[in-house]
Amino acid sequence: MTVTAPAEATPRQRTGQIRIERVSVRFDGGAEKRAAILDISLNIEPGEFVCLLGPSGCGKSTLLNCVAGYVRPAAGTVCVDHLPIDRPGPDRGMVFQQYSLFPWRTVCDNVAFGPRLAGKSRAEARAIAERFLEMVGLAHFAGRYPAELSGGMQQRVGIARALANYPSVLLMDEPFGALDAQTRAMMQENLLRLWSEFATTVLFVTHDVDEAVFLADRVLVMSAGPGHIVADIAVPIARPRAPDISTSTEFIEIKRQCLGLIRAESLRAFAEQNR
Amino acid sequence: MVRAAVLHGAIAGLSLAIGLVFWYWATRIGAHWFIRFDNVPTPYQVGSALWHHLGETRFYLHIAVSLRRILIAYAIASTLGIGLGLVAGRSRLVRSAVMPYIEIIRPIPAVAWIPLAILMWPTEESSIVYITFLGALFPILLNTIHGVEQTPEILVRAAQTLGASRARIFWHVVLPASLPSIATGLAIGMGVSWFSLLAGEIISGQYGIGYFTWNAYSLIIYPDIVVGMIVIGLLGTLSTFAVRLVMRPLLAWQRKAR
Repeated sequence: MTVTAPAEATPRQRTGQIRIERVSVRFDGGAEKRAAILDISLNIEPGEFVCLLGPSGCGKSTLLNCVAGYVRPAAGTVCVDHLPIDRPGPDRGMVFQQYSLFPWRTVCDNVAFGPRLAGKSRAEARAIAERFLEMVGLAHFAGRYPAELSGGMQQRVGIARALANYPSVLLMDEPFGALDAQTRAMMQENLLRLWSEFATTVLFVTHDVDEAVFLADRVLVMSAGPGHIVADIAVPIARPRAPDISTSTEFIEIKRQCLGLIRAESLRAFAEQNR
Repeated sequence: MVRAAVLHGAIAGLSLAIGLVFWYWATRIGAHWFIRFDNVPTPYQVGSALWHHLGETRFYLHIAVSLRRILIAYAIASTLGIGLGLVAGRSRLVRSAVMPYIEIIRPIPAVAWIPLAILMWPTEESSIVYITFLGALFPILLNTIHGVEQTPEILVRAAQTLGASRARIFWHVVLPASLPSIATGLAIGMGVSWFSLLAGEIISGQYGIGYFTWNAYSLIIYPDIVVGMIVIGLLGTLSTFAVRLVMRPLLAWQRKAR
């Protein structure tokens, strides 16, 4: 395989290509080596917003963790911009479901941490952090500690922290899963706005059908036993999207399609368990 | 808030006053229940003995010698305890090598070390410092290991995706995450080092507040026993408080979390 380094000169929109080739991951649970995900191949183009949708245990987080570099596949390769992934790195920003801000750093210092590690001066890193906090609407909270913020605010800081490294890929593992419905809806809109500004590739894991259809260009429906991709559904709904699209006929049609697939897969899995 | 503080202060004061009155009364009548109070000095005797000693240079020398031993032993114990604890907390291999020693040596009380310490160390002074050091070491070491082990994995992962190397993760994530536990270990270690020191000083030495206390018993100067005890208690409390005070700025973020 030829490996070409990503050219620095290319515009941002041209980086962030994810190529997953025949990836399998095994749980190492005792004697039985079950596959967590089996033989998944997938291409994501630069700037695409892709949702991995599926029930818990279908391996969608495992797949995400392969791209992040936390999980080494037993077989297959994951490449981002033609470079094989073997460890976590700042080119792939990560937003977690659990709050993962450093509690001993102020909000500003949390966001500035990535730029500092990248070799920026204290003042530069601070300026970057302030800019990103402004973007997520939390400029006034720069001096606070994470514990003083609500859950939704902490996740916004988490997003700002991930973006402050200008990653070519943004990985999000059910980032709004712990939030209440109103906050969640607001966060989804904010995220789309940020994404339209940054044009980074987003790989977003969720088990919420509405969330997936509202956010994504493509919804990849996953199923368990072992984890694989059942369907690749395009979401051709025009952008920018407002929350009221969720009552539009095309939204409902795509949602129906996703729900149907998930239901069929659940029934199949259920039947298999009882056989 | 202020009213509650005043109330708690008043209750604490009253409680102490009752204890003092009981002490006075029991020693005054020379109470002789199963426990005997007839040889226990009265609060007044203790107070005047303390006053007398406070005017003496020799008394301060005892205190200074004890403090010096504590400082030396504590400095070595915290350096070694935190250093080894950090490494053992991160490395399974080192932990497997270190844990057996911790399990075997930790339960041995300081007093049990005295004969061997005297035999092993060249001077009396060094054997006392050694015993004091052992007392301080284990709480610091164990709490450091515990703190490192408890570092949330999610924070390590977050730092990794932000581009942190192993060394940076250690410095920027593992160390701050284990600081609360290390601070607890340091405070407990300070307390334990005092009673280890006392064990060492009672048996040997010519100076030190422990020696002062034990010597008072040998010379039948009973009020001085209580003077020594009070000073030991006070020094132990003050030094533990000093440790907490030093650690406080490093843990400011924790108070915000409540």
